[in-house]
Amino acid sequence: MAKTAIGVIFANLHDENVPELVRRRTMASIPFGGRYRLIDFVLSNMINSGITTVGLMTSNNYRSLIDHIGSGKEWDLARKDGGLILLPPFSERHDKMYTTRLEALSSLTGFLSRRNEKYVVVADCDGVAKFDIADIIDYHESKNADITLVTHYGKVGNRSDFMLVDANEDGRITEIKHTPHVKEGTKADIFINVMVINRQFLLNIVEDSVTHGFTSFESDILIKQLNSLKLYRYDFQGYYAGIDSMAAYYKHNLELLNKEVRDELFGDRDIYTKVRDSAPSKYGEEAVVKNSLISDGCVIEGVVENSILFRGVKVEKGAVVRNSIIMQDNIIGKNTTLNCVITDKNVVVSDQKTLSGCSTLPYFIQKGTRL
Amino acid sequence: MQRKKECVAMLLAGGQGSRLYALTTNIAKPAVAFGAKYRIIDFPLSNCINSGIDTVGVLTQYQPLILNEYIGNGQPWDLDRTYGGVHILSPYQAKTHSSWYEGTANAIYQNLHFMKMYNPEYVLILSGDHIYKMDYAAMLKAHKKSGADCTIAAINVPLSEASRFGILNTNPDGSIYQFEEKPKIPKSTLASMGIYIFKAEKLFSYLEADDKNPNSSKDFGKDVLPAMLNAGEKMFSYCFDGYWKDVGTVASLWQANMDLLGENPEFDVGDKSWKIHSRNPLAPPEHIGEKGKVTNAMVALGCEIYGTVENSILGSNVIVEEGAVVKDAVVLANSVIKANATVSYSIIDENVTIGKGAKIGVAKDPNAEIVVLGRGLTVGDNVVVSEGQKHENDILA
Repeated sequence: MAKTAIGVIFANLHDENVPELVRRRTMASIPFGGRYRLIDFVLSNMINSGITTVGLMTSNNYRSLIDHIGSGKEWDLARKDGGLILLPPFSERHDKMYTTRLEALSSLTGFLSRRNEKYVVVADCDGVAKFDIADIIDYHESKNADITLVTHYGKVGNRSDFMLVDANEDGRITEIKHTPHVKEGTKADIFINVMVINRQFLLNIVEDSVTHGFTSFESDILIKQLNSLKLYRYDFQGYYAGIDSMAAYYKHNLELLNKEVRDELFGDRDIYTKVRDSAPSKYGEEAVVKNSLISDGCVIEGVVENSILFRGVKVEKGAVVRNSIIMQDNIIGKNTTLNCVITDKNVVVSDQKTLSGCSTLPYFIQKGTRL
Repeated sequence: MQRKKECVAMLLAGGQGSRLYALTTNIAKPAVAFGAKYRIIDFPLSNCINSGIDTVGVLTQYQPLILNEYIGNGQPWDLDRTYGGVHILSPYQAKTHSSWYEGTANAIYQNLHFMKMYNPEYVLILSGDHIYKMDYAAMLKAHKKSGADCTIAAINVPLSEASRFGILNTNPDGSIYQFEEKPKIPKSTLASMGIYIFKAEKLFSYLEADDKNPNSSKDFGKDVLPAMLNAGEKMFSYCFDGYWKDVGTVASLWQANMDLLGENPEFDVGDKSWKIHSRNPLAPPEHIGEKGKVTNAMVALGCEIYGTVENSILGSNVIVEEGAVVKDAVVLANSVIKANATVSYSIIDENVTIGKGAKIGVAKDPNAEIVVLGRGLTVGDNVVVSEGQKHENDILA
């Protein structure tokens, strides 16, 4: 498996799902699960399947992502051959910056043609799951497919851009609907923005699209050429957390408090992330912590229940944090009470405050806010 | 242009640490875990990098496997360098001789060629036995200023303990006129910390002379330092007044761990101005369960706590099941305390399993002794291990 595939990760696609969280970052660098960012799950899935060359496509606001990824050494991707290759926007003098997946892929022809692996695994950063990518490639190979789309049977959320995929018994795709009008909550096989494509085939369609003036990967390639291409569907049946709204972001973070979810995501495979050399977390004399995930560097003197604390959070005496997601380096002041709150990085909530949202509409506090 | 390093550090990490009993059966003392996520050697290595010293030879001899693996290429301490960086120096076979390191001075002597490779002006000698944060750059500055041939870092210890140390008797300007190794009746309380800076040329010549001396025990404290003093070399003390703890005994290792707890801890590993770097486990944040109770504790990543943890230090991925109580204890990585077991006043090494309802140790009191359970052992359900016991094999009934 090792040298048969390369990865391509789109850092910015789906930024519109959670505009609050991507004001100053990419979808890929959204913090998740206490000490991770969304890209860690995608990247770890690739590494754990033996992929050692990953192109990381960015278009804007990618400073936080570069800070997180660095040379890639924490993912064992600082390599002589391949490794992590940042692919920031690139355009020839008169071209516009790319706006769609197809245009982005067109800018990759150099990278793709220099490699010699047979397959390309393309993944976005809008979901958290543990995929066995080797198994998806095996499936793709056994079907002799051109493209294999990974789908998950679940509720259609309120995202503005999605695809429903129907297939026959053999897995061959028979119909693709691009953002159809369906009642929210309808269950269907939804494309979860992970696919396997033959590298040479990808190069061909990209070239073909340029000559035909195609712009949309979804409608111009997948839907229009459904019958002439060998498109297959891989049904992913594990735990999948699609980050398609703030409510979903909130819900899926708190789902990590379930042991089954944690065991599936972290159980037998490592999830790699940037390390910060924080001290272990400290619990004070009066600390009361129940059903919560606490990351390193935290100092807890107050009450924390049903919450996720990222690295370096300080919960002072008498403070109560319930049903909340508190990101890196927050300070929650004395006797302050938070309920159903998401605080972005470096927020300071001073003493004696009470803030509350509700589980379907968590109260969000922007990065760096001093309250 | 000849490349050089101003100061090369040599870290003596070969010690067995026999007074730590089962904790050092399979690993060298500098690799013993400390403070939930660290190992003892993280402290001198972090001090080096924080002091701007980027060339460190680590001399290993006793049970080096875990230590070598832990240090690896030195990346966790930013000591993976194209020139310099961290190097493991184990005893080797040469054309005319081969021998184990026979004493601290001999260990350094056998690696003269390593130091000379960097053409240093100064050599810093360290040991891997202590927990402390120290700016070696400040010591080097003092060494240059005094123009000494050798500077010895020293700390004031209680008079009652002074005879356990090498004691420096100094003039008011800090120059040393007498050096006494473990004196019965100490004249001062200024104890050597085992941290020396030498002018490289002086060190090399005294090591060569010491090697030729058949009566030498090849030890810095007993042989090399007295020889230099007798020959009239300029030797100075450098006073250090921070936290410095020898963790060579079970009781001192336990106490040093406890010193990390509290709102104003004796020793703060969370100090952002002097970060302690370490190899980090790949583990998710710790989870405290619905019935979990954690007070006055330090907990590393990956722990799952469903029981009670009080006044304790837990390494990464420790599981404390429902009804279990861990009190006044140090539990190292990957150990499991099963339901309703109690662990009091103990040090539990890595990968230990404590069976359901087992009872380890007694409540802490000044007369009680600390229990030590060695790496990987299993304690059966409902087994009672009484205070002060030291085990390295399974205790099934």
